Amino acid sequence: MSVLVGFDTRLVVQGMSGSAGAFHAKQMVEYGTNVVAGVTPGKGGAKVAGLEQVPLYDTVDEAVRLANANTTVIYVPPPFAADAILEAAAAGIETIICITEGIPARDMIKVKYVLDNEYPGVVLVGPNCPGVITPGQCKVGIMPGYIHKPGGVGVVSRSGTLTYEVVGQLTKLGLGQSTAIGIGGDPVKGTDFIDALAWFANDPGTSSIFMIGEIGGDSEERAAQFIKDHIDKPCAAFIGGQTAPPGKRMGHAGAIISGGKGAAKDKIAALQAANIAVAATPAEMGATLAKVLASAPARA
Amino acid sequence: MKIHEYQGKQLFRKYGVPVPFGIAATSAEEAIAAIPKVQQQGGTDIVVVKAQIHAGGRGKGGGVKVAKTKADAEEAVKKIFGMTLITPQTGPEGKKVQRIFIEQGLAIDHEFYLGMLLDRATGRNTVMASREGGMDIEEVAEKHPEKIIRMTVNPATGWQDYQSRELAKALGMTGKVANELAAFMRPLTRAYEELDMSLLEINPLITTKDGKVLALDAKINFDDNAMFRHPELEELRDPNEEDASEIEAKKWDLSYIALDGNIGCMVNGAGLAMSTMDIINFYGGSPANFLDVGGGATAEKVTAAFKIITSDPGVKAIFVNIFGGIMKCDTIAEGVIKAVKETGLKQPLVVRLEGTNVELGKKMLAESGLNIVAAADMADGAQKVVKAAKEQR
Repeated sequence: MSVLVGFDTRLVVQGMSGSAGAFHAKQMVEYGTNVVAGVTPGKGGAKVAGLEQVPLYDTVDEAVRLANANTTVIYVPPPFAADAILEAAAAGIETIICITEGIPARDMIKVKYVLDNEYPGVVLVGPNCPGVITPGQCKVGIMPGYIHKPGGVGVVSRSGTLTYEVVGQLTKLGLGQSTAIGIGGDPVKGTDFIDALAWFANDPGTSSIFMIGEIGGDSEERAAQFIKDHIDKPCAAFIGGQTAPPGKRMGHAGAIISGGKGAAKDKIAALQAANIAVAATPAEMGATLAKVLASAPARA
Repeated sequence: MKIHEYQGKQLFRKYGVPVPFGIAATSAEEAIAAIPKVQQQGGTDIVVVKAQIHAGGRGKGGGVKVAKTKADAEEAVKKIFGMTLITPQTGPEGKKVQRIFIEQGLAIDHEFYLGMLLDRATGRNTVMASREGGMDIEEVAEKHPEKIIRMTVNPATGWQDYQSRELAKALGMTGKVANELAAFMRPLTRAYEELDMSLLEINPLITTKDGKVLALDAKINFDDNAMFRHPELEELRDPNEEDASEIEAKKWDLSYIALDGNIGCMVNGAGLAMSTMDIINFYGGSPANFLDVGGGATAEKVTAAFKIITSDPGVKAIFVNIFGGIMKCDTIAEGVIKAVKETGLKQPLVVRLEGTNVELGKKMLAESGLNIVAAADMADGAQKVVKAAKEQR
């Protein structure tokens, strides 16, 4: 079992003829993902080198009608990314995974408003995220596939490379992953921790959860409360940016301590108050979950 | 991107948001020459002399003076221009005042706080206001949260006049002033939206004895992700307010922040870069910077990043920590080798590589003949670099 993506995924790649889109489309095909179509406006009918078997269309609507796509991954540049998300939703795609980094907040505010009100069944993951992978079944995004291993740990993270870090550690410890979801580092995004945690809670293939947060906002605090109230699977967490200076944007648009809010210590305190083990350093993320699993099979 | 108060007010004026009359100057002489002009235009001898730096709390630090006469104003200019202003937001080193703003004095009836920013929990913009203006709003928010009014901007309609009327009521404004607030908010919220601001603070927003509503301050941050839509705003950037290395990094589209420590860091991914700082601190070291080379970096970009790190004289040791996804390890190796060949390497270099093309990257570094300390993982690398930095002292 898994969440969001798996053997049923029929993927369309928006921006497939661009360099990032083409490179990662090939990587996804190699991993075994069922890539059924690509979309680049104005290039319909063309062939992308190395991806000759994948039809390229002008619109997502064609990818849905002619190739039965049900999931999209977006690699288009920031000025056109909001348009690409809305096009996918309008075409009937229900799972939209947006990798693009650097989309203006104003655009995402409108996208979120439209998705929430007009397309309540659509799930958006990202933007500015590494994507979603169900090891052994389907990889949608930019993560290195080889570090993953099928298993029972559900991973949800605001940071791309920290996701690789925890997955690499878990795999080395023999702990495979059910699905790893990168929700991205932007202030306005689709899926948040709580959504992903609820999916993992209901997924019989997920037996434990690792969550990676970072400074900025209060999503981690709300997630801690959610875990306390609704989840009885073992959980562990890590928060990046414990030593970040206030008022400085640490790479991600959303990773900033401002107005005295969003500091790592408050998030760690909230997680610990919810009885969730928090790794002291990023090198101990996998070991922290392993310890929780060894000592307590289920949380009270 | 941040801009100065006077630049923010110029934008306000362009949009029709009422602001006092004022003249900005980049030298003390220029500022002194502006005093009589502001007095004449403002219709009063009272002027306000304001230091222009990108940090709040200027008044408390002595960077804002109300002058009743021309002589007082001149004295204030001489005192403020060139001074090192220390406020809670500048850090202990303070900031040198290189621009000054002379503004018309006004008969203030009441000072309010008005802010606008993105509420991440709802994904919508929010207007925040309080009757307790002019003070430290963070303190008000903490001690008297009920004194802060919050109203959400609907993404479909934008800010509406009825919201201004409700806001006026909640702030205790009555009669004609309430209508003035609507006329103030309409262009203000439009400017926020059209110019892709990420933060807007007016502290204080004032009402005058003759019933006007004006912005007495303007603190504006723009959404860096939207700057491609506003090439004209780039001109407002003040390089004196930014770190030279941060400007160079921006040219290469690198995410770089200078810090106080002595361990230079080059990492891919913001989360891993932040955590690398954390783990260096955990083992008793101190990072000299935050640097995310990003996902799609070329070898040239990696070379530029490496040079930025080594150009910091405070750097005693360097930690390259890479978990390649989009970023390939051989690209990192190529960039590092090129940078070292061009500029030499004075400090110990610890490299931890993992992820896409890791074997190729490790092989390139091993065969380069460079004096590189290989790390097995993140903890190993952090410990080795902290030790190396200590030995350099």
